[in-house]
Amino acid sequence: MLTAETITYQIGRRSLLKDISFSVRPGELLVILGANGAGKSTLLRNLSGELKPLKGTIQLKGKTISSYSTKELAMLRAVMNQQNIVSLPFSVAEIVMMGRYPHYKNHPTEKDLQIVEEVTRLTGISNMAERSYPTLSGGEQQRVQLARVLAQVWDIPNALLLMDEPVASLDIQYQQQTLAVAKDLAKRGFMVISVLHDINLAAQYADRILLLKNGRKWYDGSAAEILTAKNLYEIFEIDSDVYTNPRTLKHFFIPKDVHLNSI
Amino acid sequence: MVRKRLFLYVFLVAALFIAAAFSMSLGAVKIPVREIFLILGKKAGLFTQYTVSERFEGVLHIVRIPRVLLGLLVGAALGISGTAIQGIFRNPLAEPSLIGISAGASLMAVIIIVMEISLFAGLSNLLGYYLLAFGAFAGAGLAALLVYQISRTEGKSNVATMLLAGIAINALAGALTGLITFAADDQQLRNITFWMLGSLAGATWETVLSILPFILIPLALLPRMGKALNTFALGEVPASQLGLKVNSVKRNIVILATMAVGASVAVSGIIGFVGLLVPHTIRLVIGVDHKHVLPASALLGALMLTLADLLCRTLIAPVELPIGVITALLGTPLFLYILIKDKKKFAL
Repeated sequence: MLTAETITYQIGRRSLLKDISFSVRPGELLVILGANGAGKSTLLRNLSGELKPLKGTIQLKGKTISSYSTKELAMLRAVMNQQNIVSLPFSVAEIVMMGRYPHYKNHPTEKDLQIVEEVTRLTGISNMAERSYPTLSGGEQQRVQLARVLAQVWDIPNALLLMDEPVASLDIQYQQQTLAVAKDLAKRGFMVISVLHDINLAAQYADRILLLKNGRKWYDGSAAEILTAKNLYEIFEIDSDVYTNPRTLKHFFIPKDVHLNSI
Repeated sequence: MVRKRLFLYVFLVAALFIAAAFSMSLGAVKIPVREIFLILGKKAGLFTQYTVSERFEGVLHIVRIPRVLLGLLVGAALGISGTAIQGIFRNPLAEPSLIGISAGASLMAVIIIVMEISLFAGLSNLLGYYLLAFGAFAGAGLAALLVYQISRTEGKSNVATMLLAGIAINALAGALTGLITFAADDQQLRNITFWMLGSLAGATWETVLSILPFILIPLALLPRMGKALNTFALGEVPASQLGLKVNSVKRNIVILATMAVGASVAVSGIIGFVGLLVPHTIRLVIGVDHKHVLPASALLGALMLTLADLLCRTLIAPVELPIGVITALLGTPLFLYILIKDKKKFAL
């Protein structure tokens, strides 16, 4: 269980997060949505322990995040970052293995190798294991990073997985696949929190949605109750038509044309 | 890859022995390699039935062995610290000289040489060398600390600022060194110039012993930092997400690298390009995993410096070239070649 209570975070006098409270249970996929600058990434970085909230507490499995050591935290949560620049031309296999670094001292065990093999297959990068990371396309690099992050917490029960725009440069096949993997992990008992931009992806996969605006929690609830045309207008200032997928009964949104009358 | 690595290790160790044997054999007095083995064997209590030339034994003991040992130590130190610094700075072009470590060390050493502190009678006793080595280490450490502090914001150090601060420290130390040389007399000036270009000519048992701890400690500890340096390549935030205590690891690695470079600069001056060239060459052969690049860099650094020293002693004998000239002459073309060939890969 992850519980955030009245988190406030600010840089200088500008507050980026104000009084945000929510919790995530094992088995849940929570998607954070919000306009640019709403505080999504900042919230995620507070949850990961990278930033310390000015006020409020974040508890993971009954202990505050800041009371864990760096090493302990690495065994409980993994983070998929937005920026993934690697400064040396490591091979794909080497990068995925780094996800197992917290688990072994000098030599990877049989289990480590097996997990790496499993996540490599799952993310569809088995055929590029020996390739040099910098030669991959942006989307391929993102899948490699996903594999590394999955490898880190693959065998940890109820681990926390934080993802900051994990599908940003992926094509539609891997967007779906990445979210399907996230959903599957949640089913296995993980707590998955992901920042997304695509509302339809969120509607399709999220168990719960957190809508942020100006650093505040605006709405928190299931996709069906939160994602309405009215709320989207409130958050993003766009008009949209809402349809229901007849097969899954989930909503999807088609934004209406924007008319620029000021030009 | 595993076979390639094994082959490289075997090759480096074998080449190191051969190069060391040749270096002990060649010079103003040529000593047959067979004789070297006998003399070394006798020291170890073997081959007692053979008699060896006392003259050869003297030359070997007083001149050649310390010189070869110094080359091995300084080379290994420059090679491994180059790799470590490049890893920390996440920049394949970073080198100890780039972030002001060498400049700081040289500045302190120049100050000590010119001031001729009374203990320090003509660079002859072990205490004097310890003083010089320690002064250079202090200078290197001070420069590193200064760069490190300047580049820290919000409890983290920014690599770009660190590199820029390094440039500033280099310029400052260079200017101060230049200023101090005005106060030097002719003999001191010759010492300083020769030593600024780098040379192993000062090799004695004292110099070897004085730098031994400063180099053996980093050589023993840095290879354990392989995993840490690998995760650094992902960035400092991802490294910490993988459980690395980024700031303390960074500090430890910088201290160890500073120690090795400072000691090397103290006894052999600024020998450029070894710390830059060695890691690149190793990476081209066995890939970038620091677990192997670190020990292999120490071996290749030692080999490269031993060979370079052999060349500079014998090329235009009896005159001796400064070793820094040789390493730069050998190093720059290869370095430029790597640069052009891998421009994209290194994303310069």
